[in-house]
Amino acid sequence: MQSPALALEVRALRKTFGTVVAVDALDLQVRSGECFGLLGPNGAGKTTTIEICEGLQEPDSGDVIVLGRHWASDERALRERLGVQLQETQFSEKVTVEETIALFRSFFRSGPAVEEIIGLVQLEEKRGARVGTLSGGQKQRLSVACALAGDPELLFLDEPTTGLDPQSRRQLWDLVERLRASGRTIVLTTHYMEEAERLCDRVAIVDQGRVIAIDTPRALIRSLGAEQVVEVEVSEGIAATPGLFDGTQGVLSARLDGPLWTLQVSAAHEAVPAVLHRVEEAGLSLTELRTHTPTLEDVFVSLTGRHLREQ
Amino acid sequence: MSAPGSREGPGIGWNPRPGESESPLIQLTRTRFREFLREPEAVFWTFVFPLLLASGLGLAFRSRPNDVAKVGVLSTAPAASLVRDALAGDSSLTVVMLDDTSATTALRIGTVALVVVALDSQRVEYRLDRARTEARTARFLVDDALQRARGRANPVAVTEALVSERGSRYIDFVLPGLLAMNLMGSGMWGIGFSIVDARRKKLLKRFVATPMRRYHYLASFLLMRLGLMVIEVSVISAFGRFAFGVPMRGSVVAFAVACLLGALVFGSLGLLVASRARTIEAASGLMNLIMLPMWVASGVFFSAGNFPDAVQPFIQALPLTAVVDSVRGIMIQGLGWAALAPEFAIIAAWLVLSFGIALRFFRWR
Repeated sequence: MQSPALALEVRALRKTFGTVVAVDALDLQVRSGECFGLLGPNGAGKTTTIEICEGLQEPDSGDVIVLGRHWASDERALRERLGVQLQETQFSEKVTVEETIALFRSFFRSGPAVEEIIGLVQLEEKRGARVGTLSGGQKQRLSVACALAGDPELLFLDEPTTGLDPQSRRQLWDLVERLRASGRTIVLTTHYMEEAERLCDRVAIVDQGRVIAIDTPRALIRSLGAEQVVEVEVSEGIAATPGLFDGTQGVLSARLDGPLWTLQVSAAHEAVPAVLHRVEEAGLSLTELRTHTPTLEDVFVSLTGRHLREQ
Repeated sequence: MSAPGSREGPGIGWNPRPGESESPLIQLTRTRFREFLREPEAVFWTFVFPLLLASGLGLAFRSRPNDVAKVGVLSTAPAASLVRDALAGDSSLTVVMLDDTSATTALRIGTVALVVVALDSQRVEYRLDRARTEARTARFLVDDALQRARGRANPVAVTEALVSERGSRYIDFVLPGLLAMNLMGSGMWGIGFSIVDARRKKLLKRFVATPMRRYHYLASFLLMRLGLMVIEVSVISAFGRFAFGVPMRGSVVAFAVACLLGALVFGSLGLLVASRARTIEAASGLMNLIMLPMWVASGVFFSAGNFPDAVQPFIQALPLTAVVDSVRGIMIQGLGWAALAPEFAIIAAWLVLSFGIALRFFRWR
């Protein structure tokens, strides 16, 4: 079957839990074949949004169209074509990897052989091991394997690397990249900006139940207009001088966070000497100076004034 | 990036095919058995525990053909040795010589049923507590032995024909009850806990995100129960038959049907208890609430007839009462289909009702 141009379309989605508004007037369009990321801090409404798209929660209002179909009328047909990985599923500990995948494979009318799935997620050596003995990364790959059992056109991954060590995370990223290369549409949620930048063709930045920006990672970063981000820490006490860097050459915006100034600059080679001069002029001493190319984190900060991973 | 809609990209060289997989119901049922058999505690409670219980009860309440009464003779009494010699010849009595203090103690703690005080060669005194059955029995045995030793003649000639009727002993009563109770316990715990656990681990939610048919999932639990029921019932009834000679007087087919209905009704009640509960604690409380009254009232260990007439209609309507009565009726009384119809109707009603409600209100997320 030819997939429609849009794999997923969400219009004016709203969901409340009691008095808490989890998702508020959210719109999304995911194109077929792209890897689409929902990036936002914990509690932004990512999981609620993705579970409504998966047909696991009912929205209060709004439309969800998945692969050109609606949940209300085509649930069974849709389930055959989707792969769903949930954030917190714990599989039966007494059952082996192979048995678990075979169970999920049996639910779908068509799909790859169990062997092929095990190979793809690189769990060959753990085929006969009980789920209870797997490491966090292996469990997560098993979870993705079960989502692949029906050879899905559209794959939902909810926080696939949360809680994993860096090596396991990279293994999972490789897996997602291979899946993306195979032409599958992938929708994933994450609160890691590196993950969204590396894996996603397009990213929607979600905050407090709304999409506040949506574009490719590169375009989002470019929208800052900054070439570099300079972080400056000056001697304590007088650090909070407001407007310290106003009008400094090359500084597009300046934000004070504790003792740390975050400056978005157009050209580092011009801005850095000017910033140093300004610090000296004000009679302060510099305790730290760092520059980095802007990331999605900087985009999030400039849009919300908060960091992705705030306490 | 490959073109949208293309399924054969460079990343994955697999070749999805329809079919080729076992039926989901078979896969789900196999998973149930794996989860059960790989849990040693569950296996113990299901198979070993009822056997231990049956052995214990069977031994405690066994029929004792050579019942021996233990009596004391007060050694300080004048004609003690005369009495001792008279009693020593009786095989149904064991005689111990006791001094004053130890005689009092032995009577009080029940190590002897009675103490004989030989006042002289013509008179004896029995010390006993008439409230105790074995004391009254011992009094008759001792008196009989003493009088016969002194030449009492029996005016009526008596012979005894000893009978121990299979089917009228306590083990015959309790074994069918234990069998039914086991069907209830393993059905409710086995199904209820597994489901609540799967819900707590978000596994249920993960299943409903696939095309899995929901009734396949619930049916897999009932199928597991039927499979285990065959083993449980065979083990317990074979044990009853070979260890204690508990009879099977009715039809084996009726017995199988009763056990099948029993396994299904308690499986469905397990589903019902687990249909909403989010935690093991909540499910556990509910199960005790349902099972405890039935353990007491349904006639597992003693006849349900001991309860007042006013509550009999309620007791008779309980599913465990119906299962206990039908299993016991078939094994011990050899009841036929017609006599079993009311019990089977009660079980079927509970089965339909609880499965229907469970399916309707089941919390999948």
